Amino acid sequence: MSVLVYTEPHHGKISKNATEAASYASKLAALLGTTATALVCGEASDTETLGQVGISKILQVASEGISQFDTQKLSKAVQEAVRKEMATVIVFSHDFSGKAIAPRVAAKLQAGLVAGAVSLPDTSNGFIVKKAVFSGKAFAHVSVTSEVKVISLLPNSFSVEKTGGTASIESFLPEIGKAGVVVKEIRKESTKLSLTEADLVVSAGRGMKGPENWGNIEELATLMGAATACSRPVADIGWRPHHEHVGQTGLAIRPNLYIAVGISGAIQHLAGVNGSKVIVVINTDAEAPFFKAADYGIVGDAFQVLPKLIEAYKQFKASNN
Amino acid sequence: MKLLVCISKAPDTTSKVSFAENNTKFNEAGVQYIINPYDEWYALVRALELKETLGGTVTTITVGKADNEPTIRKALAIGADDAVRIDAEASDALAVAKQIADYVKNNSYDIIFCGKETIDYNGSQVGGMIAELLDLPYVSLASKLDVNGNTATLERDIQGGKEVVETNMPFVISCAKGMAEARIPNMRGIMAARTKPLQVISGSEVSKLTEIVAYSLLPEKAGCKFIDAENPGELFQLLHNEAKVI
Repeated sequence: MSVLVYTEPHHGKISKNATEAASYASKLAALLGTTATALVCGEASDTETLGQVGISKILQVASEGISQFDTQKLSKAVQEAVRKEMATVIVFSHDFSGKAIAPRVAAKLQAGLVAGAVSLPDTSNGFIVKKAVFSGKAFAHVSVTSEVKVISLLPNSFSVEKTGGTASIESFLPEIGKAGVVVKEIRKESTKLSLTEADLVVSAGRGMKGPENWGNIEELATLMGAATACSRPVADIGWRPHHEHVGQTGLAIRPNLYIAVGISGAIQHLAGVNGSKVIVVINTDAEAPFFKAADYGIVGDAFQVLPKLIEAYKQFKASNN
Repeated sequence: MKLLVCISKAPDTTSKVSFAENNTKFNEAGVQYIINPYDEWYALVRALELKETLGGTVTTITVGKADNEPTIRKALAIGADDAVRIDAEASDALAVAKQIADYVKNNSYDIIFCGKETIDYNGSQVGGMIAELLDLPYVSLASKLDVNGNTATLERDIQGGKEVVETNMPFVISCAKGMAEARIPNMRGIMAARTKPLQVISGSEVSKLTEIVAYSLLPEKAGCKFIDAENPGELFQLLHNEAKVI
């Protein structure tokens, strides 16, 4: 018995999502009285991170073509690692890769899958995992009855704990077969910071009155090291690119801080952001529904508030350095 | 080209989320069901567009009881040619995927479309499971799909960008924003939908491996602390000292 965690390096590094999943896996292994192994599908220069969060063994996949993303190949690699490690729980991040591979692995292994878990399982009476449902408006407590279990962990829902260990590294050569899907090209979005992994997000909506008024939003975001996002109407009318749209039908994000400017807070928008740890709302309308979901609010005109905020942030930064 | 679109019902996006029977059931009182938006706006509409340009048929498939039929009729009104309902409990994602995979084994399709996730359980599971059960290629969270002969070119969302990929039919795809624009059914479509074939077949025996034993709501926010618009700089002190997020 062991716990296996899937990781896939991003630009040669173990990603934040993968580190969270690895930390979760080692906590879960401790809970079950066993150890956690990390499967590393691709080259990473910082695999010691995995040891530091409690992983005892790393299986470094050396099969040719493993870093070319294909769910059939990666699912085979995971299955072989499961057999080798006699893993009974397999952990993924519920990110772009986990959503693509975890269902394949679960179907193959006849394993119950909890997708979007937010905490460690309750093992006092069975195996019950809490997961986000209704687009972040509620949680479901899911009992998993199969012998082998698959969990995908919702990003930014589990605090990484560095225990300071080191992991042994073993080269691993699973039979992965041919790719059914061939990667032709990777296009990076123009945004410097990935919205789904950003800790801080500055977002704006129709209250900005036109695409030419985004200068202050971008300036504040750049100063804070935040990603920019927008509401659906603004993406639909072409003021902002679609990849910035957060909400029920766009991206769901869970940053530590979400600052919403000129967004009223329709229920569909809230569904994409209500997993944020802290929400700040800036709106001219004191009755805007978003204030009910906010931790901090400013009732005021964005065109007057934003320049003041930018100045205030510069001062804050200067006095805190 | 034979296209299959997996359709599920979901509570309307404005539904109030509450629970009944000691927090073990979703409270359906007053809840309007719609086609899951990802299944409708992106998967179904893109399938229809491909049919219109390249020819072929679009069939929808749903696993669930008769209460799914209004949403299935809506999919037919939007333009699907026919529909299949597998009369079985949609107990968990793997159970749904097995029913659909069993159906596809006996009725081959070139592309199997799913939405990227349902807006109620947000699992993003069924597409990948169908692909594994049928040993087919799977492109998840795709925002673009073009077909040329037997080959499809797709774009899928990845961390910080997009990936352009190629695969051959048959394959499974889950559809995200960007794939197509929503269509509103017209009167002719609504009339035609009444007489389009909706085949009900009985499901196979599948065991469920997961079960929701309880629900809980998000903890209430403590309330919004307001900051003077004339002096908004206080915000950063609060975010730093109180909320500790910057």
